[in-house]
Amino acid sequence: MSKRKGKISHQPLGECITQVQRILRERYCQQKLAKGLDGVGAQHKHLEELLRRTAVYGESNSVLIVGPRGAGKSSLLRSVLQELLEEKEVQENLLQVHLNGLLQTDDRIALKEITRQLHLENVVGEKVFGSFAENLAFLLEALKKGDRTSSRPVLFVLDEFDLFAHHKNQTLLYNLFDVSQSTQAPVAVVGLTCRLDVLELLEKRVKSRFSHRQIHLLSGLTFSQYLDRVRAQLSLSDDFCDSRFAQEWNASVKNLIEDKSVQDVLQRHFDCSKDFRSLHVLLMLCLSRVTLAKPTIKASDLLDASRLCLADCKTNMLHGLSIVELCLIIAMKHLNDVYEGEPFNLQMVHNEFKKFLQRKSNSMYNFSPPVIVKGFEHLQQLELVRPVDGSPKTQREYQMMRLMVDRSQIMEALQKYPQCPTDIKQWALSAFA
Amino acid sequence: RMKYLTRRRAKRVYEWRGKPLSFNRKLKTYEYGSLVISMEGVPGTMVIQPGQHILIEGEDDDNPYVARVLQLFGDGESLEQKKALVQWFVRLSEVPYSKRTLLGRDPHPKEIFFYQGPSCENEVDAESILRAVKHVDNAAPFPDSDMEETLYVKLSWDSRRFSVLDSAQLQNVDERCPPLTRTKPSLPPSPARSLRSLPTPDPEVIRRAATAEVRFSSSASAGKAASVEVESLHSATKLSASKCLSAKRRKMTSRTPGVRKKLNLSSPEKSKEDFLSQLLDEELNSEVKLAHRLSSSSSSSLPLSSALTCSLTPLRSARKNSAAETASRLKLAPADCESSPNLPVGATPRSSKRKSAMKVSSRIRKQLNLLNSQFDPDSDGDDEDEFVPSKKELQSSSEEEEEDHHSDREEEAGFDSDEEVVRKRRRASAAAPQTPRSRQKPRPTTRTPRKTPSRKAPPSTPRTPRHATPSIPNRLLPTRQPANVLEEARIRLHVSAVPESLPCREQEFQDIYSFVESKILDGTGGCMYISGVPGTGKTATVHEVMRCLQHAADVDEISPFHFIEINGMKMTDPHQAYVQILQKLTGQKATADHAAALLEKRFSNPAPRKETTVLLVDELDLLWTRKQNVMYNLFDWPSRRHARLVVLAIANTMDLPERIMINRVASRLGLTRMSFQPYTFKQLQQIITSRLNKVKAFEEDALQLVSRKVAALSGDARRCLDICRRATEICEHSAADPSAAGLVAMSHVMEALNEMFSSAYITAIKCASLQEQLFLRAVIAEFRRLGLEEATFQQVLVQHQALCRVEGLQPIGVSESLAVCQRLGACRLLLLEPSRLGVLQRVRLNVSQDDVLYALKAD
Repeated sequence: MSKRKGKISHQPLGECITQVQRILRERYCQQKLAKGLDGVGAQHKHLEELLRRTAVYGESNSVLIVGPRGAGKSSLLRSVLQELLEEKEVQENLLQVHLNGLLQTDDRIALKEITRQLHLENVVGEKVFGSFAENLAFLLEALKKGDRTSSRPVLFVLDEFDLFAHHKNQTLLYNLFDVSQSTQAPVAVVGLTCRLDVLELLEKRVKSRFSHRQIHLLSGLTFSQYLDRVRAQLSLSDDFCDSRFAQEWNASVKNLIEDKSVQDVLQRHFDCSKDFRSLHVLLMLCLSRVTLAKPTIKASDLLDASRLCLADCKTNMLHGLSIVELCLIIAMKHLNDVYEGEPFNLQMVHNEFKKFLQRKSNSMYNFSPPVIVKGFEHLQQLELVRPVDGSPKTQREYQMMRLMVDRSQIMEALQKYPQCPTDIKQWALSAFA
Repeated sequence: RMKYLTRRRAKRVYEWRGKPLSFNRKLKTYEYGSLVISMEGVPGTMVIQPGQHILIEGEDDDNPYVARVLQLFGDGESLEQKKALVQWFVRLSEVPYSKRTLLGRDPHPKEIFFYQGPSCENEVDAESILRAVKHVDNAAPFPDSDMEETLYVKLSWDSRRFSVLDSAQLQNVDERCPPLTRTKPSLPPSPARSLRSLPTPDPEVIRRAATAEVRFSSSASAGKAASVEVESLHSATKLSASKCLSAKRRKMTSRTPGVRKKLNLSSPEKSKEDFLSQLLDEELNSEVKLAHRLSSSSSSSLPLSSALTCSLTPLRSARKNSAAETASRLKLAPADCESSPNLPVGATPRSSKRKSAMKVSSRIRKQLNLLNSQFDPDSDGDDEDEFVPSKKELQSSSEEEEEDHHSDREEEAGFDSDEEVVRKRRRASAAAPQTPRSRQKPRPTTRTPRKTPSRKAPPSTPRTPRHATPSIPNRLLPTRQPANVLEEARIRLHVSAVPESLPCREQEFQDIYSFVESKILDGTGGCMYISGVPGTGKTATVHEVMRCLQHAADVDEISPFHFIEINGMKMTDPHQAYVQILQKLTGQKATADHAAALLEKRFSNPAPRKETTVLLVDELDLLWTRKQNVMYNLFDWPSRRHARLVVLAIANTMDLPERIMINRVASRLGLTRMSFQPYTFKQLQQIITSRLNKVKAFEEDALQLVSRKVAALSGDARRCLDICRRATEICEHSAADPSAAGLVAMSHVMEALNEMFSSAYITAIKCASLQEQLFLRAVIAEFRRLGLEEATFQQVLVQHQALCRVEGLQPIGVSESLAVCQRLGACRLLLLEPSRLGVLQRVRLNVSQDDVLYALKAD
């Protein structure tokens, strides 16, 4: 049947590729949830139960979802909410307020946002957005009016929860948790954070009011599971518009994953981090190489993408330097070697450079001091060198600086530097100048 | 407003008038008949006499206290202490904010309530008296508020409820004070007269009015009759809008031409008096008619005798009757009023009657103005022409000419008991000098009505719309009921569930209770500082105490009090405390500075019928400011003599007063302190058991484990309840069939405890990626090499790369390693400097090295 359907829904190749691009991009950019989060069943159930009880029984709760970046905290919450909202009992009752610690940087903004998301601002017109104090009193009043059985439960989602703990006096957190522990409108406070020590950030009375429920998202993922996940992330589902194309695509993905070189690359990524997000970046780079002429992802694509991902940013920056600047960097490296990382100033660097020139007695690199200064300033702008913290403001030549590049990065950059003069290379390699 | 302010600022001189009436040997007080108040810079004086209503200086400039003088006496030999015994009246703004709704309607801006509540110091310093004020009992409907200096009493307030004014109550008060003379007559009765022509004699109303008359009680008709009157009067007026006019016309024609001419020529007052006398005649007629069931023909013979009786009866009671009289008059048949014009004009000067009648008629006139203005512009214009000047006299009297009127009043008082002849003579003589005065007036008068509404409008209007109350919308589907034992237990164990009682805090409860109770009973103030770690029931206990005290107050064991609560965490700035206190106390909204000033005034000025205020200040430490003036005020107010404020301050640390308070604040806080110890495991167990209240959901051992664990950690009851709640969930999940889940056992509790208290660091390290683990290992290796607990990333990188080689992995790049480091930093397994330092940033471990090694080894 699927075959017949596939024949009916046969699409031109270009259309299929556009669809693939769209579907996978949505998946990688977290616009749409990938189906079924594996390995977090228990956490999923815990959170779902908790939120359901708030929605259905009007029980106030507070919970923290803790896990490293990219571990799927938001995805977990979103998939739980998606499931819950399919139930009528939940959908009709639950009010949602979503806050992000990076957006609501203080309680004043957060309160306004809460008022706005609860649609309370119409109640008293523009009056709500009066002073901070009025806002707080207003919101507390609103929450206090409610009770367990009659008010609609409110779900507060605090993304980047740890940042809210840095607000003055933790007023917002205290009040949210206090509401969740008293006979007021039922609320569920869900905090998302990647900090394991988040409880230590809470003030003692705020902490006492928090229920201490924590859902840890720490995945003990193995490599074979990781490979499965990669395949799942790349595969197309059965309801793709052209089933034959989908079958071919999925088969090619399967082949790709079984490729040894691809597995090596993935192993390296897996060793580095297990999270979704870095994987998504890698796959996105592969996906962008899929064209009409090459309608599958090849192993070489993955290798290139991986190389791009793992490329060292400072090394790349060194490639763009002029010879003077490179010479200055090498001189700094020697200074670092000699003085074991002690800070230096322009004068010292210039002296070191001059020593090199004397030895070579080569006028080719004989730059005038203003050129040297200019080059040095450029390096500072690129933050390849930075002034030492707290050093007194002195003349530019004598300001103490530190090199921000590791010697391995310098050596690597020299290897790849286009048409690098050999004497400079040798100078860089020489142990002592 | 300005007027009051300037008044208050002007220096007043208070003097007794005349000799003391009597001397009380026991109290060594001299009683006086009247007090003269003169103001610097203002010519003339005011005279205050017992029975008068006065304004007494209070915390609110706009709304001074209202009272009625019962007695004036001087204290001690020096006689310097002038005192007054008063019966209080309250304005609605003085009624506690929470109880204002009991009134059930919008108050009239000039409405006051007879105060019957307890704890009322009725002796005031005479020097706080501002001036006398007019006052009307049982103003059936409230007139327009353009009579600015008149206050209306309808109900009494006993600090619990509003009730219809009890006549006996008033009478008791009246008995104690001598008769009062009213201000000079001035109001023309013409609208009243037109009203009288209403053709609706209602026997029921007449009868009631008659009984009221007989009783001579001020408030006889207040409740029931008043409402009836309002109705009938209202409808009657509507019916007879045109009849009013015709009646008027008829009257005019019936009058002798000579009289009319005289009226036009003489001063308005004079003409008014003529009207009044007519009116009074009718009144008397009706009285007589009711009493004797005689026909109207006998009217001519009776006035004299009744006039005599009237002048003999206490004037005040006559005045008080006015409402009832009006009622009866209103209902009287037109025949009555038609008969009256025959009476000789000015033949019956019964001042007392006249005054009361005048007062009533003025009120009626006002109402009529309101009603008639819709369909009777003619009469309206008439009214304006005729009455405004006269009315002005009445009103302006309270201002510049107060003194004159007082003297007038006095003279009148004298004349009342005198023969008519004297009185007549006086009036004749007074007519001449009075005329010019009244002619001068018109300019100020015409201004008054215009000014008055504009002054009154702002406070009254904007109140209503602003009281939109925010709330979370109601849920569309009802909550589900708990289905099984575990769900039931979960609801009971929720921290928010209000327990039937608070076990294990009996002693603290008792202490706080007796402290607050004694303060309320004594009518004094005080502070108490309550400390204890979070979750030890501080706030809950205080609330419980307040519930009990409130109950006690409701059943009259103690006098009523006012409980308000602020929380340092629930405000954005310590100074907001003032705003919140004021808002909860009076419903006023003000800025922090203004609120502080108002509260300061409220707590420092004497206000005899103030209820005790119990103020709970939660999270006291957050009210700390650099100058500590918020704390200072909070603890200073209770020590004021008139504050009657009890402050219960709650904070977490026992030594807060010593630690953060400067000496003068700590000293005011005093030494009444209480500390809530963390719960012991037995107490925690008892708390859970009492909460569960025989819902069998836990095994005994499981409960003990929870309480022992929590007692060892913090003694926080909230924690204990949360753990139990989580344990029920775990129990429910672990059972295959949720409905068949058994009791919560040790294993479930252990799991819950682990979930909540075990640190996630070790798991996090175990779950970390290979490079992350290597980096941690490199950090430890570098620490060991350096012998320090800190290293730069660059140093660790060398170790990391070496470890990679050892492990046979591809060499790791600097960027990659830095990314690994940042990820560990985000989880706070490592502590890092800001990332813009790049390779130079310093790295520290946030977990002990042993933990890291343990986690890595076990892997």
